[in-house]
Amino acid sequence: MFRFLSGLGSYCMLLGKVFARPEKHSIYYRQTMKELVTLGLRSIGIVTIISFFMGAVITLQTAYNTENPIYPTYLIGLGARDSILLEFSSTIVALILAGKVGSNIASEIGTMRVTEQIDALELMGVNSASYIILPKVVATVIFNPFLTLISIITGIAGGWIVGTSAGVITSQDYIYGIQYAFIPYYITYALIKTVIFAFIISTISAYQGYNVEGGSLEVGRASTKAVVYSSVTLLLFNVILTQLLLS
Amino acid sequence: MIRAEHISKSFAGRRVLTDISAIFEPGKTNLIIGKSGSGKTVFLKCLVGLLDVDEGEIYYNDVPFTRLDFRGKKELRKQMGMLFQGSALFDSMTVEENVRFPLDMFSGMSHQEKIDRVNFCLDRVNIVDSNRLFPSELSGGMKKRVAIARAIVLKPKFLFCDEPNSGLDPKTSIVIDELIREITSELRMTTIVNTHDMNSVMENGEKIIFIEEGEKCWEGNRNEILKSDCSKLNDFVFANSLARQLKDSSGQ
Repeated sequence: MFRFLSGLGSYCMLLGKVFARPEKHSIYYRQTMKELVTLGLRSIGIVTIISFFMGAVITLQTAYNTENPIYPTYLIGLGARDSILLEFSSTIVALILAGKVGSNIASEIGTMRVTEQIDALELMGVNSASYIILPKVVATVIFNPFLTLISIITGIAGGWIVGTSAGVITSQDYIYGIQYAFIPYYITYALIKTVIFAFIISTISAYQGYNVEGGSLEVGRASTKAVVYSSVTLLLFNVILTQLLLS
Repeated sequence: MIRAEHISKSFAGRRVLTDISAIFEPGKTNLIIGKSGSGKTVFLKCLVGLLDVDEGEIYYNDVPFTRLDFRGKKELRKQMGMLFQGSALFDSMTVEENVRFPLDMFSGMSHQEKIDRVNFCLDRVNIVDSNRLFPSELSGGMKKRVAIARAIVLKPKFLFCDEPNSGLDPKTSIVIDELIREITSELRMTTIVNTHDMNSVMENGEKIIFIEEGEKCWEGNRNEILKSDCSKLNDFVFANSLARQLKDSSGQ
């Protein structure tokens, strides 16, 4: 318990340093652009592929579990849409990004720590926490909502393509289903969750990397911890946010 | 000038530095020597403020560095340059970007002025046609020289070098030593070098402090080091057989 509280305390102190006033805005802007490419644009591929197949699987599973003449087939489209909007594109994609982006952030910052690059920044009089971490946090918080939107579109498209190709649903029924009883707030809900998850992933991973002590072995451990801790925190916040936003 | 007074530092109850006092003079290459694990790097990190001292005071030209707040230390650090043991160049930046970084952060120079200053510093450390290379494409000696260029780009008043010769062959080590000595005298900096390389000691040792198990055991210069009667220093200086033979033959 003491260890947890002490860790939480130093995490909050690190955030205090991260959100201090930037030294030179133009340099931070340039760094943020770089991070948008590294952490955002380079994640589009994996998000698209996973979302497409997950959308397809959700559609097929919904279809095989609702093989009952009482249920209209357009419910398959509705079920797929709501699963993708409510949970898959925000939470599952965030978990995937915790693995990809989280380990990337922790290992990059951890390597900078063990190779004394962070000490070099500090010695120059640069706020190393802010210079290294803030652009990553800003980039993920800005870009992850776009990844969620891409995931929603590809997931629904995947369900449509595979569902119609497999003959479990007609194109007309699927399109009718995804439009039926649509609640636009679900998109807002998914995007709010995504922004908070992006903050959790980037800050927890950065904290793990920033506090590495030792060598390459510890960098690897920090990277694993970053993925595990951010995933668990993310799942906890998923419950809290769902209750707060949908109740 | 840098003055350290009664510096002590412990880690988890283990004393690493005990009551070290020293004065490092400007325009000179001041050396801190000692065995691996003797506390040299901890002492250097205390001097630059990367580690907080448990006891004692550090003064930079009579400014009490240890008593400054975060902002004060940050300002003073803009007058410092440091060459780290592993060079600590930023992996994601090219040679030019690495050297330009302190200028981007803290100078109001135009882009062309920055480029000119970067090229001047790179020229000074004999790095040519490598502006677009990344640190991973450089040899160990080149990395050190680029790190020196980055350390001096803002014309610091204080230069710190942590084991500048580690991992380098003897010839490249001499080049780095000469470079540090020349730059120190050109810019009239207070330079402090951590080393256990005896070549450096004999080439650059205008002022030498010997640390053993966290305590200052001896202070002098390169002319005095061979005649010292400090047994711990003699064990360190004459650790290899060649040095012992030289000492014996000079004694005869």
